[in-house]
Order: sequence, then C-alpha cells, then structure tokens
Amino acid sequence: MNFTESVRIAFRALAANKARSLLTMLGVIIGVAAVILLVGIGTGVQGEVTGAVEGLGSNLLFIVPGQFEGGPGGDAAPPSRRFTIDDADLIERRVDGLDAVVPIIQGGGTIRAGNRTMRVTVAAATEDGEQVFSATLAGGRHYRRSEVQAASRVVALGSSVTERLFPNRDPVGEAVTIQGQRFTVVGHYQSQGGGFAGDQDAQVYMPVTTAQRLFGVDDVGTIVVKVSEAEDIERAQADIKRVLTPRFGEEFTVFSQEQTLGILSDLLGTLTYMLAGIAGISLLVGGIGIMNIMLVSVSERTREIGIRKAVGARTYDILSQFVIEAVSLSVFGGVIGIALGWGGASALSATTPVPSEVTPWAVAMAFFFAFGVGVFFGVYPAYKASKLDPIEALRYE
Amino acid sequence: MSEPASTRVAVLETRDVTKRYRLEGVEVNALRGVSIAINKGEMVSIMGPSGSGKSTLMHIVGLLDRPTEGQVILDGQDVSTLSPNELAILRNRHIGFVFQAFNLLPRTSAQANVELPLVYGGASASERSRRAVNALERVGLGNRLTHTSSQLSGGQQQRVAIARALVNDPSIVLADEPTGNLDSRSGIEVMSILQDLNAQGITVVLVTHDARIARHAQRVIHVLDGRVQSTEIVSERVNAAEELRALPAEEVAG
Repeated sequence: MNFTESVRIAFRALAANKARSLLTMLGVIIGVAAVILLVGIGTGVQGEVTGAVEGLGSNLLFIVPGQFEGGPGGDAAPPSRRFTIDDADLIERRVDGLDAVVPIIQGGGTIRAGNRTMRVTVAAATEDGEQVFSATLAGGRHYRRSEVQAASRVVALGSSVTERLFPNRDPVGEAVTIQGQRFTVVGHYQSQGGGFAGDQDAQVYMPVTTAQRLFGVDDVGTIVVKVSEAEDIERAQADIKRVLTPRFGEEFTVFSQEQTLGILSDLLGTLTYMLAGIAGISLLVGGIGIMNIMLVSVSERTREIGIRKAVGARTYDILSQFVIEAVSLSVFGGVIGIALGWGGASALSATTPVPSEVTPWAVAMAFFFAFGVGVFFGVYPAYKASKLDPIEALRYE
Repeated sequence: MSEPASTRVAVLETRDVTKRYRLEGVEVNALRGVSIAINKGEMVSIMGPSGSGKSTLMHIVGLLDRPTEGQVILDGQDVSTLSPNELAILRNRHIGFVFQAFNLLPRTSAQANVELPLVYGGASASERSRRAVNALERVGLGNRLTHTSSQLSGGQQQRVAIARALVNDPSIVLADEPTGNLDSRSGIEVMSILQDLNAQGITVVLVTHDARIARHAQRVIHVLDGRVQSTEIVSERVNAAEELRALPAEEVAG
C-alpha cells in the first residue's frame, strides 16, 4: 500500500469522528498558539529593551558599586561603599577624553498637581544628564548647572506625566508636589514611544543634589560616562578602574554599553526560553491527549483492524495508518495554532504596549515540535494496533 | 464427481497438522493431526460441532494462523513457517473471506469495502474501481455501489462481503457460517451465489456446524475432537437456486 492511500484512509477516519478530532486537535492548537505567542512576546521585549539601551546614546560606560563576576550572576556581596558625587568629579578630573560624567539616582515617588497624582520614576542627574537620557524637549528647558549646585526644587516631566497632570496645558512654570515637597516645572519632554520595559515617558527629571535631599541619601546609584570617541572606550574603561581602585579596591564594576546589552540580552533570552518551555508543557499535554484518543480509537476499531489484516494488511500498513492519523491531528492543530498565535501576537502589539515579534524560526520550531509530538505520541497506539492478532481482532465485540 | 483427473489438483493441503495453545494456563489440543486436501474448483464443507476444532482448522486453511506441527501446502509451497507479514501477503493474493458477521467496514461504501483487498494488493485507483464494480455486479449489487453497510440488508451485506472475497481472484473463497446471521431467504440467496461462483470454477470452502448447509458442497469433511472423523461425498447436493425458485415470490424487493 502506498503513502497517499494511507493518508486517504487516515483522513477518512478523522472525518468520521469530527468532534473528537477537533477536540483532540484543540490541545495541540492551544499549545502551539501559546508557544508562538509567548516566544513572540519574549522576542519583542528583547528587541525593545536592547533598542532602548542602544537609544541611551552611544559610547557609554556604566559604573556600578559592587563586584560583578563576568556577567549577569549578580554581585557576590553587598557593596561596602557606594559612590558619591565626589567620585564622579574625581573621574571627570582624572580621566581624559570624556564628554560627560553623570552621577545618577533613580527612585520611585508620587507626584501631585492639584488633585491629580501619579506614581513616577525619579531620574536624577547633573546638567550633563541630557547626554545620557536621550529625551527631546517639547517645551521649557532642562535644569541648569546652577540649579544642580543649589539643589533647587525644579523638575522636568516625561510626556505621559505631562498628559496626566496637565492635560492640554503647558506645564512650564506650574507647581507640583513630589513626596510632599513643592517643585517648579521647568520643562517637559516629547514622547519616546510606548516603552514596555522602564517607560521613560513616566519619568521625571531633577538635579541629583535635589534628589539626594528628597530621598535623604548622600550617595548616588550609578555613574554614567560618555566617552568622546568610540575607539577610546577600552582605554577610558581602564583609566576609570585605575582612578577608582585606590578608593574602592575591587568593589566596583565598569560595564560598557555592549556588556550591558549582552547581559540584558542573555537575561531576556533566558526568559524567552522559559516562556517557550512553559508553552511547550501545554503542547506536551496536547500530545498526551492525542495518545489517549488514539488508544481509544485503536480499541474501538479492533474489528476494523482484524478485517484489514484478514484481507492482507501487513504490520507496516496498520502502523502507518495510525501514525498518519496521529500526525495529521498534530500537524493540523499545529498549523491552526501557528495562525492563532501569530494573529494573537499581531493583535497584541497593535492594541497594547506589549511588543511582540513572531520570527520564522519560532514558527518552524513550533511546526516541527507539533509534528514530533504527533509521531512520538502516535507510535505507541499504532504499534499496539499493528501487533493485534487478526483472529482475536475479528472476534472482538 | 465427474471432473477429469487433471483438474483435481490440490490448491491447499494440510499434512498432519496439530495446533496447541494455552488458554488461561490450560493446554488445549485444538487439532491433533489433520490431513486434508482442497482441490482446485471444488466446493467442500468442513463440518463439526462447536469445540471440534473446525474454527482452528479454518484459521489455518485461511492462513490466519500457523500450525504447531505439520505442514500447510499452498500451490505446492510449504507456508507453515512463514511470518505473519508473509502470510498477510499470501492471504491477500490467495484467500477470500466470507464471515458470519459480514465484517464490512462501517460508514464505508460497498465499493470501498470491496476495494479493500486491492488497496493492500497495491492496485491503481482506476483498476480497483473497475474490479470492485465488476465483483459487485457478479453478486447482483451493481446498483448499490455507494450504499454503506447500514443502508443494506443483511443479505446484501453478505453479498458485498462475497464480492470483497472475490475481487482478488483468490485461490480459495473461505466462507465461515455465511448464513448464520441471515433469515432463511437471504441465506438461500447467499448459498445460491456461492454455488453459482463454484460453477464458474471458483474453489469454495464452507465452514459450518449445520448439516443442511454443509450439503450444498460436493464433499463434506467431518471434524470432531481435533481430528478428521470422515470425509463424505454428498450424494444429494442441495441446489440453492432451485430452492429459491420454490419459495413464494418476494413481496419487497431488496
């Protein structure tokens, strides 16, 4: 018997039990759709986050307290000493070829204007912060050097903060309250697009000295350095290490933007694999559903198998008939699942800020995984069917 | 028996065939040395009560099973040690089965049922169709090609099964209690078709416990306790076609 004949027989058997075939396929449909959708989201987030880091501007070095051993493993011990603004000044004075050295504090806070409030991220830096936060002014101005020195209570707003607190109004010159303290709005920024990871539009920007008072700290979280020439990055990295070592020993780490990207990308890649794994489990459950229904089908059709064997079907003929049935279920389910997952991913990125990107690689992987599930879970029932004794099978009631 | 000696060639022969199997731990001697020969073109009955071993003998003659000892010779070739797959190929080419319970595939048209042996024989779609239609016409069902089992009467279903048995031009048509599930009129029709096919030269083996059905054949092999008890040449053969004519005309066709 040839292959097309086996396929025809399998399709006829599936068509004879439409509801059952459809419900069995549903397991695979859900599994494959979940794989496509979740991997799509993972890939999309990865793309957006790495894009956001690249968007920070080029030639950046990030200096953080604590010892990071060769990657995203986290610091071995809590840092014994944190950076201060003085450390930033030291780097600025002692290392050549830098455009800017920016101490940064980030923290959460609540901003209020009139009776409107909003939860925001406070991003505080020196006047050179402009060079590392790649935001463009929509109105007003950035805070000035004098305001940093005086720790003035001035603030510039991200676009969604402006929209929320001052709908259809120019916020410049208005008064707002942050953590109970009065601030004057000096500027506001254009939207940087719907960000999913760390929405920069929901940030407010203020001088680092002001933020130290606001949060009651005298250190800074990170020092970001912008190197003038790209080819100077390694040299600058080495110089910074040399300058800071007398003060901090080994208790600090300098990441280049590339390293940061690598770490983030690794982390999000792992996350994507994890999502794929979780979705894969539902595909596995779908496969077990196929195996279950195939076993039921084999026992229901024992007599049919007996008839086929009596008139000359060989072991291989019966085996291939049932494997093709199982694979047809999983492949059809897979194709429908890919369509649904793809559609769902597109709908998601069109209607929500959640980014998603369905890659051909993910589609191919989902398809072949579905195919493999059909073969893997179809072989045992098919083998059972093929080994039936025709005499016993014909007697079966 | 008026046939010339040259046609009395054995199609299938068993030589000292025994069959033992274990049933729930107890050894059963189903066959204890059976030697029979089925000649080309004859119609022969294997008759015996239940438990006599006639079903086991039928399975061995039908190449569904292998003997424990002894030989099974098909067209001069010893087939008693072949593998299940090799037997399947031989069944496909040489044996046509007619079962008591019809054993047609459900929800499948008469034509597709008849095509089944040809599917496993590897015939092309057009050849399958041509031969299946031809076989169905031979049993008088040329107008029922697309009917499924549930749309056919018992007698018609058994005729579809006979067409399926014929379609591969088998060496032997093996009919196991072919009238067991039928009313008397349908039963006579089926026996008439089998006798008619035999008259056209097809070798027919009837397996039955019913002495009257057995007497449709030219020869009856009586089986008892796993042995051939006697072989009888039927002197007054039942002619199903005559019986059919003697019956009152059928009220409802089909």
